[in-house]
Amino acid sequence: MSLNIDQIRGLFPVLHQEVHGKPLIYFDNAATTQKPQSVLDALSNYYGRDNSNIHRGAHALADRATQYYEETREAVREFVGAKEAAEIIFTKGTTESINLVAQTFGRKFIGKDDEIVISTMEHHSNIVPWQMLCEEKGAVLKIIPINDAGEIHFGEFEKLLSPKTKLVSIVHASNALGTINPVRKVIDAAHAVGARVLLDGAQSTSHLEINVQDLDCDFLAFSAHKLYGPTGLGVLYGKREILEAMPPFLGGGEMIKEVTFEKTTYNEIPFKFEAGTPNIADVIAFKSALDFIKQYGKPAIKAHEDALLAHANETMKPIRGFIPVGTAEEKVSVLSFNINGMHSFDVGQMLDAKGIAVRTGHHCTQPLMKRFGIEGTVRASFAVYNTKSEVDKMAEGLAQIARFKNK
Amino acid sequence: MSSIKDIQEEIVSEFEILGDDKESTVFYIMELGGSLGKFPENERKEENIIKGCQSKVWLIADDVDGKVHYQADSNTDITKGLISLLIRVLNNRSPEEILNAELNFINRIGMGSIIGSQRSNGLSAMIKQMKLYAFAFQTKQNA
Repeated sequence: MSLNIDQIRGLFPVLHQEVHGKPLIYFDNAATTQKPQSVLDALSNYYGRDNSNIHRGAHALADRATQYYEETREAVREFVGAKEAAEIIFTKGTTESINLVAQTFGRKFIGKDDEIVISTMEHHSNIVPWQMLCEEKGAVLKIIPINDAGEIHFGEFEKLLSPKTKLVSIVHASNALGTINPVRKVIDAAHAVGARVLLDGAQSTSHLEINVQDLDCDFLAFSAHKLYGPTGLGVLYGKREILEAMPPFLGGGEMIKEVTFEKTTYNEIPFKFEAGTPNIADVIAFKSALDFIKQYGKPAIKAHEDALLAHANETMKPIRGFIPVGTAEEKVSVLSFNINGMHSFDVGQMLDAKGIAVRTGHHCTQPLMKRFGIEGTVRASFAVYNTKSEVDKMAEGLAQIARFKNK
Repeated sequence: MSSIKDIQEEIVSEFEILGDDKESTVFYIMELGGSLGKFPENERKEENIIKGCQSKVWLIADDVDGKVHYQADSNTDITKGLISLLIRVLNNRSPEEILNAELNFINRIGMGSIIGSQRSNGLSAMIKQMKLYAFAFQTKQNA
């Protein structure tokens, strides 16, 4: 099915504006996507009609808010194909989801000389929590190398695995390169040595169909705001038996069963991991974002984005001085590049002057940039509402910018 | 030599010609970056990097016959352009002049909206470091 992009663009008020006197072209979707009107309405409706604290209120508003909040949990369950809604925990974002696993699962099940495996292309949020844990526990961090196209060396990965491996934490799709990792194979290989697997789904969940039961991953972390949903909200999926075996993360209200000064017993999952009043409004509005994706379907969305990426590759290639970074066979719609002789900040600033929003710099993946021997890249990342004519405008702009230094 | 005030007026009128067109302004700033003198390679070291800038900026200063002589460089062309403006205003002046300088051209040309708030912070860090050098030379001269 091909999508009616004009109609979809009509659902996103933010797209219809000028910046620096030029129509906005928003290509920073891997940083955060824009929000459809339905998400904005859901936020406004919640505060305008239903605002109340959830789960313990003895009144109509609290009942409504609780119902909507739990409906989103069910929608997320369906979105990732989890067995039950209790396996869905709301967090602040992917970063918090990963830290939650490090601080609870990690502290309990990872000890001295145990090994954690990550890849060269991880975001800092999937590096630093494990370094902190390794420092605390005397565990060891192992790194999967990558090739020049930005793909992991699977053979090298297998060599890293041993009975010492307790966890493999790997990005599903790279934020800096777009590479889609062969996570199914990674999970099977990790499980064969008894290791658990955490997937960083921050960049994959908006493009790829994901079924955690088929994949058999033990954890999946992702953020709502990269999925057309609100900021400040993330998800951690975990298998029930693992979540139950994990100690709580934060202590406080909601996460307890009974508190006495002598001893506190903890609530059931998922509430054990949701201490304090959660981000109710954003959770409720997130359901509208998931409905938006469901309405069009990820295969159709991905087909559109893939076509944009292919068109971008084609139109940028002839630009003198254009250097693509990350040329994996399997990619989500991320085009990372440099212009010969220019710093990515300068290119980004010049594109901004043309109304084109991109990301520049190291993309929170400094070890990956080091692997490629560069300081950073310019990154254009496409979403469902982007068009070929926008890509053409970027190509024209880049050609002009590149002439500045590549005369 | 024109006064600090006069040079600032010059810069403001140059940017006025560019008007509100951000594209020409950014290109112009990048062109200006090309006018920066060559920075000594042996000074391109960690201790000469200005903290608080998003891009890398190296700044050194010498006391040449009582006047402060600045040399700077950056890894990005836009930042080089911004530095070249600061150097144009402040170079080869006495520490007193530099310390008393009121750099109003930055606000007057609307630099904040041209380069964004993060780069504006970096620009403030550069000015602070330039004034710190002037203060150090003044202290030495008065000793």
